[in-house]
Amino acid sequence: MFRRLREPWTDRQAAWRLGAVSCLVLLVILLMVVFVAVKAWPTLSNNGGVGWLGPGEDVDKQMSAMLTTSRHPDSSVYHLDAWPLVYGTILTTIVAVGFGLVFSVLAAIFIVEFAPEWLRRLVVPAVRLLAAIPSVVYGLVGILVLVPFVNEHLISAERRKEVEYVVQLTGTGVLVACLVLTVMVTPIMIAIVVDALRSIPTAWTEGATALGANRWEAMWTVSVRAARPAIVAAAVLAGARAVGEAVMISMVSGSRGFSPNLMDGLTYLFEPFRTVAASMIEQVDGLNAPAISSSVYAMALLLLFSSLVLSIGGYVAKLPMRRQGMRV
Amino acid sequence: MSTIPRSVPPAPAVGGALLAGGPQRPYRPAPRRDSVSSWRWRHRAAYGACWAAGLSLCLIAVAILGYMAVEGVQYLSLEMLVTRPEPSLDQAQTGGILDPILGTLILTVMAILIATPLGAVAAIWIVEYGRPRWLARTIESGIEVVAGTPDIVLAIFGLAIFQLPLFAPLSFTADGGGVFGRSFFAASAMLSLIAIPMVFSATREGLLQVPAHVREASWALGKTRICTIRSVLLPVVRRHIATGSTLGMGRIVGDTAIVVVLLGGSLQITPVGDVPVLDVLKGSGSTLTTYVYNASPAGEGNAPQKAYAAAFVLLVLVLLLNAVATSIGKRSSPLEAHS
Amino acid sequence: MNRSDHLDPPGAFDPREAIFQEDGSALDPPTLPPPVRRVRVDQTPVAVPPETDRFVPVRDRVSGPERMRVDHLTVRYGDAAAVKDVSLPIHQGEVLALIGPSGCGKTTLLRTLNRLTETTESASRDGGVLLDGQEVEQIDPTALRRRVAMVFQQPNPFPMSIFDNVAYAIRVQNKKTPRRRELEPQVIDALRRAGLYDEVADGLDRPALRLSGGQQQRLCIARAIATRPEVLLMDEPCSALDPKSTAVIEALIGELRRDLAVVIVTHNLAQAHRVADKVAFMFLGDLVEYGDVQQVFEAPVAHRTRDYVAGAFG
Repeated sequence: MFRRLREPWTDRQAAWRLGAVSCLVLLVILLMVVFVAVKAWPTLSNNGGVGWLGPGEDVDKQMSAMLTTSRHPDSSVYHLDAWPLVYGTILTTIVAVGFGLVFSVLAAIFIVEFAPEWLRRLVVPAVRLLAAIPSVVYGLVGILVLVPFVNEHLISAERRKEVEYVVQLTGTGVLVACLVLTVMVTPIMIAIVVDALRSIPTAWTEGATALGANRWEAMWTVSVRAARPAIVAAAVLAGARAVGEAVMISMVSGSRGFSPNLMDGLTYLFEPFRTVAASMIEQVDGLNAPAISSSVYAMALLLLFSSLVLSIGGYVAKLPMRRQGMRV
Repeated sequence: MSTIPRSVPPAPAVGGALLAGGPQRPYRPAPRRDSVSSWRWRHRAAYGACWAAGLSLCLIAVAILGYMAVEGVQYLSLEMLVTRPEPSLDQAQTGGILDPILGTLILTVMAILIATPLGAVAAIWIVEYGRPRWLARTIESGIEVVAGTPDIVLAIFGLAIFQLPLFAPLSFTADGGGVFGRSFFAASAMLSLIAIPMVFSATREGLLQVPAHVREASWALGKTRICTIRSVLLPVVRRHIATGSTLGMGRIVGDTAIVVVLLGGSLQITPVGDVPVLDVLKGSGSTLTTYVYNASPAGEGNAPQKAYAAAFVLLVLVLLLNAVATSIGKRSSPLEAHS
Repeated sequence: MNRSDHLDPPGAFDPREAIFQEDGSALDPPTLPPPVRRVRVDQTPVAVPPETDRFVPVRDRVSGPERMRVDHLTVRYGDAAAVKDVSLPIHQGEVLALIGPSGCGKTTLLRTLNRLTETTESASRDGGVLLDGQEVEQIDPTALRRRVAMVFQQPNPFPMSIFDNVAYAIRVQNKKTPRRRELEPQVIDALRRAGLYDEVADGLDRPALRLSGGQQQRLCIARAIATRPEVLLMDEPCSALDPKSTAVIEALIGELRRDLAVVIVTHNLAQAHRVADKVAFMFLGDLVEYGDVQQVFEAPVAHRTRDYVAGAFG
């Protein structure tokens, strides 16, 4: 067979062979969705479809109960109320993408417009560097630097006593997780927005300047406005990254299946929690238990679905911009 | 609103200023530029906010790098790089990070060997052939979907696949018949998935940059498309494929989730079976990322110094790969040199 | 008409004349490189004193007060001078056309009037540009650009609605952002004066990028005149448009000049002839000739001008 491959290929043969290899990727995706759905089926069926996303009993207790089960457990073991995990994911994603977007747009404007040349040559590599750092390093810095700082300086003894009967405040929690996640998603957004701002036709910025706009106004009212599709794309990309971040969150979030309560006031910032992705990576050892396995696959399905939702959200957000005649 | 202009300056003599060597330059006060202090307060606040954002970005980058460098160099020693790690409760006997380094290297090489041909071939097919159109577009969207999938989902999916009896020879099989599903094979297969989108987009960009007349000249000489690709286009996009691969390697080296799930939990490289090379690949081990994860307070171990040292090595590796990718990308292509 | 003999040195060879041999037959004129003709400024352009009315132009124009004056202006990009020692007056009620071949500095001169040349790093300036007697460099750029507006060669409406485009300058120039109700009459007035209102009255919120080329350019004119500037600068406004739109915009210029001073840079000599009252001919940065449009086109003083406009009007 290899001899046949060595003869000069005709174009039609080449198209077929190369095309087949290219289709492997499609195959992988299809398999992925199918396998994950199949393996998740027990949890989905036993919880009534999406019932497992709702609130209920302590999800940590439920999952540890699942660990010690036989090969073929009865259906009550599959019961799962994973709302705290979903809440944690939504919370961190919205905070990280929200703050990150504002920060990124300002930093991008700085890079494109206001920074003197020597400073620009420092900031751009800094952004590329931050984008390249692996998430485990972010987690390490978080857990070895920020967490002790928060624990010693920001959490007072009274606060600790207040919530003692429910959770232990150890410095890990909402604040550190959201902070590190924001720093993680910002570089990607900055890169995209800077590219978009640089590609605005100079005719527009010059026209704005000729009408009497100062540098900030010309940038904000014309360039940033024209770059809105790119800003939406950046937010979608950052959202996907934030939703799927497992390692860093599992290191700094305190890892409790617990929904931080807004009613607690500032203590809210220091309460531990966990996200869906972090739960997946933490249950790696228990994947032999069928109930755990099926729960984890159900979470994987949820994450796949959320990526899809984010893409659709981005498309919907760009629709009104399309009407203005911008190329999206 | 109109004002009668003040006295018009007298006309210069015939011949003009040019021939006379130019008039004496009168003192010209500096022009009033558009200075920030003349803007409205809202705009000034925004200006300040932009500066704050830019400077804090620099500060954060310097802080993280600086901190990692200081702590890492402190705890890193040559001995650590070549000693195998030992599972031990006693901090002093936990050994070095040789196995994690080897693990990272093995996985990276294997994964990029899978990802580069796949990504490059997909890009070539889509740009050069691309019929039927719906298929090309679907594959492009598919690669984007893979690029956007969280790595933990890919890891779980990999587990589902490699625990099938079909793939038993690729990992350890327990006596009861349960396929372990975790090995270097499994991990590298899934790691290649996260590198494919980078190789794909870099190659596609490179191919799209080649002007049409280069291809047409080759076709006009009677060469088939595939021959054109092989002899004319590939040398040109080699640089792009290299850039994409290097960026992909950077991502592979830094990935933790897939390795945690798919490489088993052993600290040292644990071969399975007797065949010389295959036993290592079928076995489990650790990488720099899992080592850091486990050595940190979040994992089992509690050796922050070792974690810093390993993280420092990891960071240096990733930054080096990115720098190499950027420098490959900057070198001028053979096309540009001739145009 | 005195054909400036002092320009060509006596005995100069004119290759257009045939060479006659002794027997009376003519040899084909040999092909030689054209002689070097030095450009000289014959007449230093002077501010036209108010008695200009004596010329009795065909158009029966009464030019208003002087709005801007360019005084020995030299503009350099790095070491190369793009505009060399040019002096011109700009009157309200008049259209001044800057003509000349490519690279003669007319666009640079135009852009210096509203300080847009400052956006180029290497640009430097000597001499004076006065707006109502005040040096433009001493006026705040934002305030200057409210009074001296510009329309570019390529129509460049912003990616916003028509209303937002026209209201842009007004919003930018006001300390407190005015509300839509206050803006609407000004926007409609600007659109009317630009001759665009009838075509877009029913959809002021439609995207501006959907308009045709000629409509976009008129929108840019409306945007420029929305703040009621004193001087309107136009950089080849019709070169990217079809003849019909060009005609519409030329008629527009004719109406706009009643309230404003208009300076228009154009490659199209026929357009300059149609539209302008005063013409300034520039060549390689020098101002070669300045005067009434009748005089420059039909009886130019400088040799260079004669060469440039020859053939345009016989």
